[in-house]
Amino acid sequence: MSEDQHITEVAGTGVPIPGDDIDTDQILPARFMKEVTFDNMAEYLFYDARRDDDGGERSDGSRASSDDESDGEFNDHPLNRFDGASIAVVNTNFGCGSSREHAPQAMMRWGVDGVVGESFAEIFADNCKSLGIPAITAGHEKVVALQEWIEDNPDGEVEIDVEDETVTYGDQVTHGEVDDAMQEALVDGIWDTTALMYSNLSKVERTAAELPYVEEV
Amino acid sequence: MSENTLYDSVWEQHKVTELPNGQDQLFVGLHLIHEVTSPQAFAMLEEREHEVAFPDRNFATTDHIAPTEAEKRERPLSDGESEEMLSALERNVSEHGITYFGFESGKQGITHVVAPELGLTQPGMTVACGDSHTATHGAFGSIGVGVGTSQIRDILATGCIAADKQQVRRIEVEGTLGEGVYAKDIILKIIQELGVDGGVGHVYEYGGPAIRELEMEGRLAVCNMSIEGGARAGYINPDETTYEYLRGREYVPEGDAFEQRKEYWESIKSGEDAVYDDVVTIDVDGMDPLVTWGINPGQVIELSEPVPAPEDFEARTDREAAERALEHMEFEPGQSMLGYDVDVAFLGTCTNGRVSDFEVAAEVLEGRQISDDVRALAVPGSETVREQCEQRGLDEVFIDAGFQWRRAGCSMCLAMNDDSLEGDEVCASSSNRNFIGRQGSKDGRTVLMSPAMVAAAAVEGEVTDARRFLSDDARTVSPTDVEEVAD
Repeated sequence: MSEDQHITEVAGTGVPIPGDDIDTDQILPARFMKEVTFDNMAEYLFYDARRDDDGGERSDGSRASSDDESDGEFNDHPLNRFDGASIAVVNTNFGCGSSREHAPQAMMRWGVDGVVGESFAEIFADNCKSLGIPAITAGHEKVVALQEWIEDNPDGEVEIDVEDETVTYGDQVTHGEVDDAMQEALVDGIWDTTALMYSNLSKVERTAAELPYVEEV
Repeated sequence: MSENTLYDSVWEQHKVTELPNGQDQLFVGLHLIHEVTSPQAFAMLEEREHEVAFPDRNFATTDHIAPTEAEKRERPLSDGESEEMLSALERNVSEHGITYFGFESGKQGITHVVAPELGLTQPGMTVACGDSHTATHGAFGSIGVGVGTSQIRDILATGCIAADKQQVRRIEVEGTLGEGVYAKDIILKIIQELGVDGGVGHVYEYGGPAIRELEMEGRLAVCNMSIEGGARAGYINPDETTYEYLRGREYVPEGDAFEQRKEYWESIKSGEDAVYDDVVTIDVDGMDPLVTWGINPGQVIELSEPVPAPEDFEARTDREAAERALEHMEFEPGQSMLGYDVDVAFLGTCTNGRVSDFEVAAEVLEGRQISDDVRALAVPGSETVREQCEQRGLDEVFIDAGFQWRRAGCSMCLAMNDDSLEGDEVCASSSNRNFIGRQGSKDGRTVLMSPAMVAAAAVEGEVTDARRFLSDDARTVSPTDVEEVAD
């Protein structure tokens, strides 16, 4: 990922992922985090929900692990039906629970470039920002209308405009909201916070030196 | 905007500068590292050829994948993936000069248990960890936040996170807890009242008489589950209870230095003139123990309440969530949680894996046997906790009752090691999340409760009012009481 990548809009076909309070344990079950890179995370995205068979236990009683891709038939979960989509459309409090970046990493690696939702859990939204994935919120009716439209128009394009805070699909332009910091970061291409903060390292040292509990800097 | 709260003071002292995106660059005074969310961050760091900016402010241990059976802790670990993660952690901390509490140290355990008990967590600090339960550290009057892996990279490279200042909601907890009702019940009550996303955009400041009365381990349990209410951080202003807990711990200064540090701790407390964005009052007087009936921690009731029906909820989202919960848990509205069959009892975690948690569970188990149908695990939150419990002979109480007495780790809270629910087992659990699939089986069912309630459920093989094992005089609830309420 380049350090100066401006993200003003993202577009592609959509995938509705309906349901409130979808937690990161559902998005990326913990047993698949036993890898030291994010490389394979797309395979485990919504692992249990996407498969008919018990993804946690096979018929011989052993547990599924990351090197086992054989168990479970893909069902009609939206991620299976809308393969190739770039814009995920979700409901309230999406990504609550665990802070695992594995969840948005898995979505990104599966192909998601942007998310439209009623609301997002904070850490999840932060992680999206770190990865340059725009997350835009809109009201319940707008989001449901978009989810229904995608069901009817699986090949239709959905575009998130980060600068204008709109979602465009068919002949509709829906206004939403992008968190100020996320908008600034993406539009100005300054979402790589490491580079940004590293340039202030001498100031950091001064701040730290004034804290009574920091021994020596 | 809030003014003169602890959150405001700590934020100001740790703020380095404002970033061009409008966020603040905030110095992280204590960064805790574990094996699951850090290897990718170290890899990103190396890719950019950065050093760790403040190695002395970083501490690491292993918890998520840690085997809890002694013989399985031999290296290399029998599970190849776990071994790879653990080796990566050991290599990373050693290369970057970071203090590491591994199996051999005798101090290994869950980050949020280890840091407080060693005195690493102190009032007025900013604490971060790649784990959402970092809110735990707020019990000392620090600001603890869970972060993602890219933010771990930020902290390693710069000692900072980019953060937005939140609103502060004061939660005034009034009343006195009855016998057999604990800190865990307080936080479950708060989440019941404010919802699982009620805290989004907020930091919770817990206070009031019921909070002041809590010992540090209870305060840790309350702050731990802030994230379950949607609040990324939750804290309690430090007081003499806090200072007395800290005195004499390994990383806490002694003598005059302690007194000086204490002046700082006193200085960051919320002022009497503090302004909050919001104040909520919750009364816990006469409250019964709480248990979850659903698939998120907000779906929780007192033992005296019946399982609700979807139509009992005003919000559409709550009604739909209730429908999903009833289906997964196989409950009927109006029924009592008392008598719900339990297959597994799990004691431990960063919420309730501390010495006092095992003490109260042992009080229930003393002289009793667990049900033949129950598989029961007692997993200390750290090796230090295990040792202290064993010094008090608690391990024998658990073993005599039929519990397995294990080594420290996150264990069946999220089943990244071998400790997992199987099939649709029901688990009485002292952990923090009852999400579908959380304990390792997508059909598994989790009922969250206090450690005393877990021990009582293990004995009876069903959800039961633990208070009848604790005292002859304590108030108790029977299923008939609940049915009367439901009618």
